[in-house]
Amino acid sequence: MSEAAAHDHHDAQSTGLMRWLTTTNHKDIGTLYLLFSLTMFFIGGSMAMVIRLELFQPGLQFVDPQFYNSMTTMHALIMIFGAVMPAWTGFANWMIPIMIGAPDMALPRLNNWSFWILPFAFLMLLSTLFMPGGAPAGGWTMYPPLVLQTGDAFPYLIFAIHFLGASSIAGAINVIATVFNMRAPGMTLMKLPLFVWTWIITAFLLIASIPVLAGAVTMLLTDKYFGTAFFSAAGGGDPVMFQHIFWFFGHPEVYILILPAFGIVSAIIPTFARKPLFGYSSMVYATGAIAFLSFIVWAHHMFTVGMPLAGELFFMYTTVLIAVPTGVKIFNWVATMWRGSMTFETPMLFALAFVVLFTIGGFSGLMLGVTPVDFQYHDTYFVVAHFHYVLVTGAVFALMAGTYFWLPKWTGHMYNETLGKWHFWLSTISVNVLFFPQHFLGLSGMPRRIPDYAVQFSDFNMVSSIGGFIYGASQILFVVVVVKCIRGGKKATDQVWEGAQGLEWTLPSPPPLHSFTEAPDPSSITGGNR
Amino acid sequence: MSNSELKRANRKTAIKLVLATTTMFFFGYALIPLYDVFCEVTGLNGKTGRLSSQEVSQMAPDESRLVEVEFVASVGADLPWKFYPLVAKISVVPGVETQVDFMVVNNAQYAVTGNAVPSVAPNEAAKYFSKTECFCFTKQSLKAGESRKMPVRFVVDPDIPRGVSLLTLGYTFFEALDTAGLYPPEHTYIN
Repeated sequence: MSEAAAHDHHDAQSTGLMRWLTTTNHKDIGTLYLLFSLTMFFIGGSMAMVIRLELFQPGLQFVDPQFYNSMTTMHALIMIFGAVMPAWTGFANWMIPIMIGAPDMALPRLNNWSFWILPFAFLMLLSTLFMPGGAPAGGWTMYPPLVLQTGDAFPYLIFAIHFLGASSIAGAINVIATVFNMRAPGMTLMKLPLFVWTWIITAFLLIASIPVLAGAVTMLLTDKYFGTAFFSAAGGGDPVMFQHIFWFFGHPEVYILILPAFGIVSAIIPTFARKPLFGYSSMVYATGAIAFLSFIVWAHHMFTVGMPLAGELFFMYTTVLIAVPTGVKIFNWVATMWRGSMTFETPMLFALAFVVLFTIGGFSGLMLGVTPVDFQYHDTYFVVAHFHYVLVTGAVFALMAGTYFWLPKWTGHMYNETLGKWHFWLSTISVNVLFFPQHFLGLSGMPRRIPDYAVQFSDFNMVSSIGGFIYGASQILFVVVVVKCIRGGKKATDQVWEGAQGLEWTLPSPPPLHSFTEAPDPSSITGGNR
Repeated sequence: MSNSELKRANRKTAIKLVLATTTMFFFGYALIPLYDVFCEVTGLNGKTGRLSSQEVSQMAPDESRLVEVEFVASVGADLPWKFYPLVAKISVVPGVETQVDFMVVNNAQYAVTGNAVPSVAPNEAAKYFSKTECFCFTKQSLKAGESRKMPVRFVVDPDIPRGVSLLTLGYTFFEALDTAGLYPPEHTYIN
């Protein structure tokens, strides 16, 4: 990266650290986001290792229960707000302008801000690990009244969430303004790559849902310190109300984490199947349908709070309905591959694993969405298995796929394909060893967020932990691949992949710091094929 | 689009989206009254109604059936009170006003103010259960060691579905928020 900057004389106002602190360039900011999210992925991942270590055997071995609960809480907050969300914003920053033929993001200064809020927010959140009373341990969902028992960490938790929310809203505003106002002539909405489409819809989800979370945590803050009683029964409030408000944010949030993944997979599968994407416009409408449905299903996270039958039925039907647009997507990806000339480079392998494993997560989601059986599954390891299938083998695998796919474009070098394949196979096998047994644990009644368990769960937990350690260690290989690729390697061509189509592949690899200062030739813009 | 036009367009989009963000922030707060309205209209969430004795006298009692009403009393974690119903269960004619009494004792060596929060189970029946008089309508202050008999007058609506033959009325006493935390938690209680 720094070499590329040195070559770029017209943007030479600052170098070194100041360049990164003051940059308003979408590629620099994209790189910062991606490196930050990789760091958070390892911090959150090491917390997961603590969790799996403690669960390796029944009984209390390594950490005390309070700290264990901090680990589950912090792991979730860091992976959601620190690893996956910033990674998507990083991809958006890097790719959206060069996919739509724009010179930069629409609001470059805001862009710099929205990134630099993050390190401070996480400094606040991580500092709680050293505070009296410990880090937040009431679960990332922050249900009162339990969360109100958090010690000194409590206001830090709330303000960290405010900052993270502000950062992602700013990022969302930037994406929408960029796509709406800065598309190159000839780049109509229905020619946009699906990654751009899924990101616009994600951006609207962010703008509609994150402020509701900000409101909910502000209510927690005033309940604890300023005598309000939004969620306190003593003052006429209702703790279940928090769950309603939280999940009004929380369910769109899970689609914020996964929709850009759909976009990336829709870019990779056509490339390596050497066929246009099957059913482009149905993909756009399916994404929109999923986004709409995500706002009317929230109470399926709380079937067991004592809802009336009519409510249980409504939320069950709408939840199960989401399988329809999601199924449209899965079938479209499969149809894209049908009779394609497929090759299996690392990005394609990760994309294929995404399709298979995300579908498993989708099916366990369907099971959880069926109210009567959810009463058995609620708050068990079945839920843990479900959301790790959709978030690890879903969102994280798509992030890996996208990184391998565009890494040659970003760095100008091909990554080491052998190491990439090792990373893929180690990750894919170990992640299933890690999470698949958790389905069985959940079905037989092992609860979430408990550091100790009944002895009949020992074997599957040990298997799961072994898978976890291998999966965790395999990610070091990913860092090796990325670092090697940044430092050198076979020179990448402009198109990089034989079947790659789209504006970003018309630029040199790596692209110059400023690209598309002149809009690309409208006749070079084909659309609707990825 | 020229450069200045683009700047203007970007600014306009950003302003609209910031407004949308602000609206959604307040919408989060608005969800609370919205849920309350929803619960009131549908009678869900176990919230009960309140009627005047006059309105009750206009109801036509349904002498053909009896509905059993159970009483449950509990006390919030920090409140040094003892609280129990004087009758555990009673059979009532729907449409006829009935009175029962609850007993509350302040075991602390200081005056405490409490708030009783009612709830009716099953949820579906809550909208057919109304009170004409209740100690839960106002805060209750008890002096050190004081005990008090507190009446509840209620009526079960004759329209209550035939399938419901048993209702549970539960109360939880919480320390009133404006006085909570005024006393050190290690304060000694009279047993």
